[in-house]
Amino acid sequence: MAYGDKVIDHYENPRNVGTFGTQKEIKESTDIGVGLVGAPECGDVMQLQIKVNDDTGIIEDAKFKCFGCGSAIASSSLATEWLRGKTLDEGLDIKNTEIVEELSLPPVKIHCSVLAEDAIKAAISDYKHKQEA
Amino acid sequence: MGVTLPMYLDHAATTPCDPRVVETMMPYFTDIFGNPGSRNHSFGWAAEEAVKKARQQVADIIGADSKEVIFTSGSTESNNIAIKGAANMYAKKPAGETGRGHIISAIHEHKAVLDPCKRLEKEGFDVTYLEPGPDGLITRNMVEGALRDDTILVTIMWANNELGTINEIPEIGELCHSKGVVFHTDATQWVGKMPTNVKTDNIDLLSLSGHKIYGPKGVGALYVRRRKPRIRLTALQEGGGQERGFRSGTLNVTGIVGLGKACELCAQSMDDERERLLELRNMLESMIEKELDVVQVNGHRDKRLANITNISFGFVEGESLMMAIKEIAVSSGSACTSASLEPSYVLKALGVGDDLAHSSLRLSFGRWTTKEQVEYAGNKIIEAVKKLRDLSPLYDMHNEGIDISKIEWAAH
Repeated sequence: MAYGDKVIDHYENPRNVGTFGTQKEIKESTDIGVGLVGAPECGDVMQLQIKVNDDTGIIEDAKFKCFGCGSAIASSSLATEWLRGKTLDEGLDIKNTEIVEELSLPPVKIHCSVLAEDAIKAAISDYKHKQEA
Repeated sequence: MGVTLPMYLDHAATTPCDPRVVETMMPYFTDIFGNPGSRNHSFGWAAEEAVKKARQQVADIIGADSKEVIFTSGSTESNNIAIKGAANMYAKKPAGETGRGHIISAIHEHKAVLDPCKRLEKEGFDVTYLEPGPDGLITRNMVEGALRDDTILVTIMWANNELGTINEIPEIGELCHSKGVVFHTDATQWVGKMPTNVKTDNIDLLSLSGHKIYGPKGVGALYVRRRKPRIRLTALQEGGGQERGFRSGTLNVTGIVGLGKACELCAQSMDDERERLLELRNMLESMIEKELDVVQVNGHRDKRLANITNISFGFVEGESLMMAIKEIAVSSGSACTSASLEPSYVLKALGVGDDLAHSSLRLSFGRWTTKEQVEYAGNKIIEAVKKLRDLSPLYDMHNEGIDISKIEWAAH
């Protein structure tokens, strides 16, 4: 399969790879939201973590890890770039179609962008959940 | 390192034609172009002579009589003629009825065996698909356990194309002969690499292909036993009655000449070649196992062809792994690249978990594979897996002692 230049760029130089701590530490941090979506048997798992400033509600940092194809890695890498500096509401506005367009994903890879959007929504919802608790 | 990229390590898919094979074929395109069916002039006789020689070369590499070799377009056609032809010939009831007879195959056969079997199921035959254990082998005992009074055909491949695992073919053949059941084997990956004798290995029907053994594409052969027992087949293709009526159609003389030469060359070199490739494969596997944890060599460790290895890498995904080593041509155990997202059915048959089956590579070496190439590929794969594991949330979880199979994943 031929990949677009942007997919290859993100794949070869993924942005913001990492985590804000172990799974246990993350669970206990109220300023961090985690989205873990996909399933190993489907060949894609994305883990997206956002660090939110409790006062301003701005996503100050985002990190990802991804088990998946080049397009899944690129989609999640791109998501972290886009999330940084956004408010939670702006984050929720990111649409998978924008990811498809930015990365020129072929039809068979659209599910990667859907997964990235799901991961964003899951991370924001996790953060909100922790704040309410 | 002195290697040229891209590098080809996918010889189980196809092989380059040996230049000596090409050279042998050349005159038959232009000078000796006759139809071997033309019995009344020298052009036809010359072509017939060439086919006769090739038929002997093919027969020699499998220990057959030259009269028992039928030329086809390749293993897919050979399998179709053998399986459908035998089923229809030995059917217990006429077409249109059910209960026409029982066939035994295995779930991790090549599609060129499975699909003809599925067709026969629709046409009134029963098929049992044997399931291998974790080692991937089909044994005589498994076949014996599945035999029924109405079993008419057993079709089991000699060596598996994805794993290289070697089934108990002579033993299964002996069992079939003792029960009067026809025995076919798809020997596409086996012939040319391993010594073969259809007589002592108890085989009735054997498929082989030119392009897997440094011959041309589009040509193969089917061995059809003529004595003890004499195997009869219902022909699929009708016409001029060539190839004892089993396969009508003007013979592909150039291809046949190439196949014959390819067999001759393999026969000369296979023993040395096997030893050389085994050394390279052992080197690769130990490199990888030394540098990486959670890797698994799939299939029986010893009962495998020397030129194939199939390795699963935990916590990395197959397509991204292929992308990381894109200058090395290998096969992915995962069919993600074909957009189906299904892991290999062969690995699934072995009970390899989805997580591992998604990240498997098949590397297959050939006549011109060098030590330098294998070292380069090994290092590249190790580097790629390490890089992808740095990216993998699953590898983190594994290292934190979290059991991934216990997580409730939201399947999508």
